[in-house]
Amino acid sequence: MSTVSMEAALLLAGILFMLGLISVLIRRNIIFMLVSVEIMLNAAGLAFIVAGTRWVQPDGQIMFIFILTMAAAEVSVGLALILQIYHQLKTLDSDAANIMKG
Amino acid sequence: MEDLLWLIPALPFLGATLLILFGSRFSRGAVALIGAGSVGVSALITLLLGIGFLADRPAFYHQEVWQWFNVAGFNPSVAFHLDALSVVFLFVITFVGFLIHLYSTAYMAADEDFSRFFACMNLFVGSMLVLVMADNLLLLYLGWEGVGLCSYLLIGFWYNEPANGYAARKAFIITRVGDTAMAIGLFMLFQSFGTLNIQSILAEAPQAWPIGSEMALLVALLLLGGAVGKSGQLPLQTWLPDAMAGPTPVSALIHAATMVTAGVYLITRMYVLFELAPAAQLTVATIGAVTLLIAGFSALTQYDLKRVLAYSTISQIGYMFLALGVGAWSAGIFHFMIHAFFKALLFLCAGAIILALHHEQDMRRMGGLRQRMPVVFWTFLIGAASLAALPIITAGFYSKDQILWYALAGENGNIWLYMAGLAGAFITSVYTFRMVFITFYGESKTHVSHPPGRLITVPLIMLAVLSLVGGFIELPHNFGHITLFSDLLAPVLPGIRASEALAENEWMFQLLAAVVSLGGVYIAYLFYLKSPSLLPSLKRSNTAMALHRFWHAGWGFDALYDTLFVRPYVYLANLNKRDIIDSFYTGLARTAEGFHVMFSDTQNGVLRNYVMGMVVGAIMILTISLLL
Repeated sequence: MSTVSMEAALLLAGILFMLGLISVLIRRNIIFMLVSVEIMLNAAGLAFIVAGTRWVQPDGQIMFIFILTMAAAEVSVGLALILQIYHQLKTLDSDAANIMKG
Repeated sequence: MEDLLWLIPALPFLGATLLILFGSRFSRGAVALIGAGSVGVSALITLLLGIGFLADRPAFYHQEVWQWFNVAGFNPSVAFHLDALSVVFLFVITFVGFLIHLYSTAYMAADEDFSRFFACMNLFVGSMLVLVMADNLLLLYLGWEGVGLCSYLLIGFWYNEPANGYAARKAFIITRVGDTAMAIGLFMLFQSFGTLNIQSILAEAPQAWPIGSEMALLVALLLLGGAVGKSGQLPLQTWLPDAMAGPTPVSALIHAATMVTAGVYLITRMYVLFELAPAAQLTVATIGAVTLLIAGFSALTQYDLKRVLAYSTISQIGYMFLALGVGAWSAGIFHFMIHAFFKALLFLCAGAIILALHHEQDMRRMGGLRQRMPVVFWTFLIGAASLAALPIITAGFYSKDQILWYALAGENGNIWLYMAGLAGAFITSVYTFRMVFITFYGESKTHVSHPPGRLITVPLIMLAVLSLVGGFIELPHNFGHITLFSDLLAPVLPGIRASEALAENEWMFQLLAAVVSLGGVYIAYLFYLKSPSLLPSLKRSNTAMALHRFWHAGWGFDALYDTLFVRPYVYLANLNKRDIIDSFYTGLARTAEGFHVMFSDTQNGVLRNYVMGMVVGAIMILTISLLL
C-alpha cells in the first residue's frame, strides 16, 4: 500500500479549496456556486483526514462525517432556495437576486 | 362674617374656570352673566364684609383656607388677611372692576372672542384679590404673577395684529425684570426671618434691623424694584404706554385702576421695611417725583387718546410714590382710590368715543363730540376735572393737595419734591384739558356711528359721581376737617405730622395748588380754543419741535433700552443662531450618520461581493495572527 506524503495531500486540499473559492467568486450561476461551496467543504474534509492520519487519531474522520452531514443539510436547504429564486426571478443569475439590498 | 372671606377671590376664579372650560358653548348672554355676575357677587360680599368691618372696627379679619405646603419648616398657607388697607383695595377692585365688567358686556359685544375676554378678566380680578388679601408674601407673589399673566393675555388680546403681541411681550418682559428683583428680596426676607408671613415680618423687622441697616436698605430696594416694574415707574415705565394695545376696558381696569397700583400696595404693605431704610424711602419719593414730571411732559405731546391717559397714569402713580416716599401713607392710598375712580372713568369714556368713531384713537381726527355724545362729554369733563385737580368740587383736588402738602411739610418732605409735584400738577391740568378741548370742541371730523348704549353710560355716570364726591371723605383740617379715610387707615399705617412752622400758612399752599391747576386749564384753553394760531407759531421754533419729538417718544427711553439691551441681545442671539455649544452633539450625530451611509453602501445585495468581503476578512485575520 503506497503512502501519500502529508505535504502532497495538504497541497491537494489547498488547491481544491482555492479552486472552489475562486469559482464561487467568479461564477454567477447559483448552482455552480453551490457546487463550488461543496468542493471547498470537501477540501476542508480532506485536510481533516490527512491530519487524522498524521496523528493516528480517529478525530479527523469523525470531523469528516460531521462535514458530510452538514453538507447534506446545506445542499437540501440551498437547493430549496435555488428553486424559490428560480421561481421568483426566472433566472439563476445570483446578481439578479439583489433586490434586498440595504 | 370672616368665613366669607375666601369667597371674594374664589368667585371670580370660578367664573374664569367656567368660562375657560365651557365658554365656547355658552351663549353670549350667559358669558356676560357669568363674567360680570361673578365679580358683582364678590362686590356684594365685599360690601357685606366691609360694612361689618367698618361697624366693628376689628384690627383685622383672618381666615386660613388650607396649608399650601410644608417643606423644611417653610409652611405658607393659603390664608387671607383683611385689614383697613386691604379693605380699601378690595372695594376699589371689586366695585370699579364690576362697573368695568358691566361696561365690557356692551363694549366687547361684537367681538368673536367674547368668552375668552371675560375668562381673562375674571382671572385677573381673582388674582388681584389674592394679591391684596394674601397674608404671606408667597401668596402675594402668586397673585402678583397672576395679574402679570392676565395683563399679558389681555394686552395681546387681539393677537392677529403683530404689534399687539409685541406690546404684550414687552410688558411681560419688562415687568419680569422688576419681579426678579422682588423675588430676590423675598428670598432675603425668608433667610432673615424664616417666614414670609407679612405680619410677623413687620413685627420682627424693627427688632432685627436697626434703622438705616444695610440689610433693610437692600431688601427695601429690591421690593421697590418689583413695585417700579409693576407700577410703570422710572426706569421700567416704557411698557405701560404700549400696553394700550389691549381693549379699552382692559386699559381701564388693569393698566389704570388696579394692577399698576400693585406696586403702591406692596410698598405700603411693607412700610416698616421702608421706614427702616430712609435712603430707600427717599428713593421712592425721588422716583415718584421724576416719573410724574417726565410722564407729564410726554402726555403733553401725545395724539393717541389712550396714550395720553397711559402717560397720565404713570404720572399719577408717580404722585402716589411721592406720597409714600415722604411717609404720607394714607395720602398715597387715598390718591390711589380717587385715581382709580377718575382714571377708570376717563378710560371708559375714551372707550365709548373710540367705539363710536370706528376704533379711531387719534385725537386730531376727533373734535366736536360735545353735542353728539353729551353723556360722555359731561362724564369725561368730570373725570378730567378730577385728574386736573380743579379745586373744591373734585375729589382729585383733595387727594392731590394732601400729597403736595406732605411733600413740602411732612417730616421727610422738602422743597424740591414739592416743586416737582406742583409743576406736575400744572402739566397735568394742561394736558388733561388739551385732551378735552381737542376731542370735544371744534368741528367734528369723524362721523359718530354708534351712540353709546345704557350699559356704557351707566358705569360712566356712577364713576363720575364717585370722582366728584369721593374726595369728601377726607378734607383738610382747615377746610371742613373730615378725616374718615385716614381714621380708617390709622390702625394699619403710621400717621404723618406736618411741620408746625408751615402749618399756619397751609391755606396759602392750597391756594397755590388751586391757582396752578386753574392756570393749566387756562393755558390749554388759550392754545387749543381761544387762539389756535399760537400753536403753529410755536411749531416753527426748532427747539420746540425737537423737544416735542423727544417727549413724544417718551424721553427716548425706548431707543435707549433698544440700544443698551435689545440690540446687543439680538446681535448675540444672531451670532449664536447655529448654537455653538450644541455643535459638539450635532457633530457626533453627523459622524454616526456618515458611517451609516458608508456601511449601507456595502449592503448592495451582490452575493459575490459578500463572499469577497469574507475572503478579504479571513485573509486579514490570518495574516495578523501569523504576524503576531
